[in-house]
Amino acid sequence: MTEIIQKVKNLSIGFKSKKGEEILILRNISTNIKKGETVGIVGESGSGKSTLALAMMGYVKHGLYTIGGECEFNSSNLLKMKNRDLEKIRGRKIAMIPQNAGQALTPNLKIGYQIDEALKLHSDLKEEEREQKISELLNKVRLPSPETIALRYPHELSGGQQQRVAVAMALAGTPDLLLLDEPTTGLDVTTQAHVLELLNFIAKDTGTSMVYVSHDLGAIAQVSDRIIVMYSGEIVLEGPSRDILKKPIHPYTYGLLKSIPKLSLAGLPQSMPGSQPQPGTMQRGCSFFDRCDFSEEKCKSNSPQLEYLEELNTSVRCFNHKSLMNDSQVNQTVNKIKTSLQDKEILNISEVSISYAKQNLLDQVLNRISDDNPTVKDININIKKGETIALVGESGSGKSTILKSIAGLLRTKGGVIKFDQKRNLPSDLKERDPNDLRIIQLIFQNPDESLNPNHTVEEIIAQPLKLYFGLKGEELKKNIKELLQKVRLGEFYMSRYPRQLSGGEKQRVAVARAFAAKPDIILCDEVTSALDVSVQAAVLNLLQQLKEDFGTTYIFVSHDLAVVRAISDRVAVLYQGRLCEVGPSKDVYQFPSHPYTEVLLGAVLEPDPDIKPKLVAEDIVEEKPPQKGCSFQGRCSRILGDICKNEIPPWQITNSGNSIRCHIPLKELQKDQIN
Amino acid sequence: MKLDNIYQEEKKSNFTKVSEIIITMASRPSGFIGLSILIFHVILAFISPYIAPYDFKAINPTLMLQAPSAEYWFGTDDLGRDVFTRTILGGRTALTITFFGSLIALLWGGLLGIFCGLVGGKTDDIVMRIVDAFLSIPWILAMLLIVSLLGTSTEVLIPALGFFYGKGIVRVARAATHDVIAKDFIVSARARGHSNFSIIWYEIIPNVRDAILVEGAMRWSWMLLGFSSLSFLGFGVSPPTPDWGLMISNARGLMSFAYWSVIAPIVGLSSLIIGINLTADAFAKALGIDRSTKAPV
Repeated sequence: MTEIIQKVKNLSIGFKSKKGEEILILRNISTNIKKGETVGIVGESGSGKSTLALAMMGYVKHGLYTIGGECEFNSSNLLKMKNRDLEKIRGRKIAMIPQNAGQALTPNLKIGYQIDEALKLHSDLKEEEREQKISELLNKVRLPSPETIALRYPHELSGGQQQRVAVAMALAGTPDLLLLDEPTTGLDVTTQAHVLELLNFIAKDTGTSMVYVSHDLGAIAQVSDRIIVMYSGEIVLEGPSRDILKKPIHPYTYGLLKSIPKLSLAGLPQSMPGSQPQPGTMQRGCSFFDRCDFSEEKCKSNSPQLEYLEELNTSVRCFNHKSLMNDSQVNQTVNKIKTSLQDKEILNISEVSISYAKQNLLDQVLNRISDDNPTVKDININIKKGETIALVGESGSGKSTILKSIAGLLRTKGGVIKFDQKRNLPSDLKERDPNDLRIIQLIFQNPDESLNPNHTVEEIIAQPLKLYFGLKGEELKKNIKELLQKVRLGEFYMSRYPRQLSGGEKQRVAVARAFAAKPDIILCDEVTSALDVSVQAAVLNLLQQLKEDFGTTYIFVSHDLAVVRAISDRVAVLYQGRLCEVGPSKDVYQFPSHPYTEVLLGAVLEPDPDIKPKLVAEDIVEEKPPQKGCSFQGRCSRILGDICKNEIPPWQITNSGNSIRCHIPLKELQKDQIN
Repeated sequence: MKLDNIYQEEKKSNFTKVSEIIITMASRPSGFIGLSILIFHVILAFISPYIAPYDFKAINPTLMLQAPSAEYWFGTDDLGRDVFTRTILGGRTALTITFFGSLIALLWGGLLGIFCGLVGGKTDDIVMRIVDAFLSIPWILAMLLIVSLLGTSTEVLIPALGFFYGKGIVRVARAATHDVIAKDFIVSARARGHSNFSIIWYEIIPNVRDAILVEGAMRWSWMLLGFSSLSFLGFGVSPPTPDWGLMISNARGLMSFAYWSVIAPIVGLSSLIIGINLTADAFAKALGIDRSTKAPV
């Protein structure tokens, strides 16, 4: 365990700005990776974690250059090595697993061929041995029937399977060090839990050292022995993973852990104010000074050094770590959400089904959609005024599809969407009158795409105001300023372009635009999943505040059960476009629950090394909902038999008003789940 | 807050934006050369009637095919007319007609392309098949037909050239629109219930404008070559108006013993085309568009 395989010494990497200033991305990084250990590098986007991981394999991104320091591997500095020598190390000694395996695999080559290629390059095996080795590797990453997988093309595999293939390719050269750059970020919760479990197994089995880069403390907690926390290009905290997660002695990590919503706690986590300083804007003093709750006068002018504390085996960059040490048990305080629930029903979705099937000529002429197994079917939800209802499920569960239909962007095949108990909303956008459109507004996942890059913030927010209320001139300006104030942005943001804003600021502008229409219902499509954790908490708090002020109803789509737990009053769980469970959120998160909800809840990763995910079902991906019977029959671990395959399960209602759609009687459902 | 951030820039007026783009263009050697040539030609087109040393249509049989001299800088042609005078005047018609021709091409091609990209579906299918059909007709034959039916007046040439060079822009504009159409800000505008016109004008055009402008600039240089070819064939400018295409056509038989009468218009024409091409490239680079990735249609 003591043998050091990678030594990073005083590494600084940066670029030259147009004005000729040297701007640092990594500032004086020193760390060691020991043999057989898994190190997690965690930080917000822009903290330099990926740059550090790439430097560990001797790669510096185009446009950046090494300003000082070295990355020593086998006592030679990778950053000074010639490309030819690096080729011998990369793949054989140090391998990399990219974030998006779907893009890293060549689309027109078969899986087996691609692994064979890696073996040819990185091992000395003969042809016959290689064939054997391919099966072995595919077996090792637990892909079912390696022989058939090897003959498939990347697009024939699911995201999780692709990521497993990437792991197999990286293992082809039996590397000493494995670098993983956000390897599970794009995957579904259940798949993510399975991949992490596989990585844990491989680390133990092969004794490979791993460097795991992620923004997700939950994932890091599951795999790493040691954690490095980065903030604006510096290491701020480094130490054993358990200590860091349980007793963080740096205010940034402390705040970060507090801002992550937890399954066990309803209510909104506290947010960290501000955002990470942009590279090049660092003044004197601690880089975390602006956002720190523990800062003192000296932090402003003196920057703290990384200090090694022997008793904790931890390095920390903070003057005040001692005061944090005494009471740093993360006591999460949450802002309880106020429910301003009224009895009035605002939106009634009944019997809605949506189909993506292509219409044939006859159907086109008759203007109908004929599809007996539509993507989304039998959706019945009543939404009360002032409620936050969350639609939860993995990708492909139809949650965004339902949202689009409510907004009128997608025609329904059947069913009725009724607003305010009286008006039926036409399924086609063109048939809705302006007021129908005004009452429902959307907030999108990725603010980079939802804001026109050529418009200023003022122009963006002005659009709904002009369209729905015909505001002009001074009155328009006054309204925009008020809205900006509501989302806590200053007036000077009006003349900015989206590219000049941070992710959180952009999402605030999108929120302001939605509220500009004075809507009754706001549809939030994964609104926080593109944001950093500390920013996510702030946006959630803002949404909650605005809801309390305006009495708006939210329909909240998310794959993140912890976020849903934090903000929603009621939860609807979807699988393959069919409802599995609907109920008040406190009951959905308690047993008895639908077997699929159980799988989802089990797979949630908490930033706590003691809470391991429970892997209940296989992470198979089904492409189409089954023709008949229960939608979850393909993956259910508690399937009863033919009844599940042939008959659509009935709704069962628990004492607390939670509806579960399953053939298994509630009492029996509960029995196994309590264990 | 952090107002003095290096990433911050305030909203600029259109004038500063344009002048910044021109400065960026001129800061590259190729852009500088292109811009200089283009500006030189444009200025020349404006002032040439006032600085021309001789009358461009004065025929003098005694001065036939004189070699360049201090008196006749570029020599004289087979009718004894001053080649220098005719060369500096020869770009005016071509430049004017093709400039307005490209504007028309840009306008109809760009708007139709954006419209097709936005509405999609059957309308898009039908329009694009018609455009494809037109693309397959050799434009020069079609032009010859139009010109012989309607004559060679400017009122015929500008819309005809504009039409034939706009077909390619339809495809570029449509492709550029497809890039933005899937973005959430368009979805958002649709969900709000904006009209198609407002979506095109307000959401799409600002995002595809640059790509279409660059394409239009390239079309201009191709149109110039096309227009000169028409003149060369005798269907463009009618004599005795000086025009490079026409001059090359008249003098090409005399190339072996009176090279000056053909070299001057060739240099004039090719330098203008190169100038426009270099400018368009520099323009694209200044806007951050990589033309090398787009196939010229």
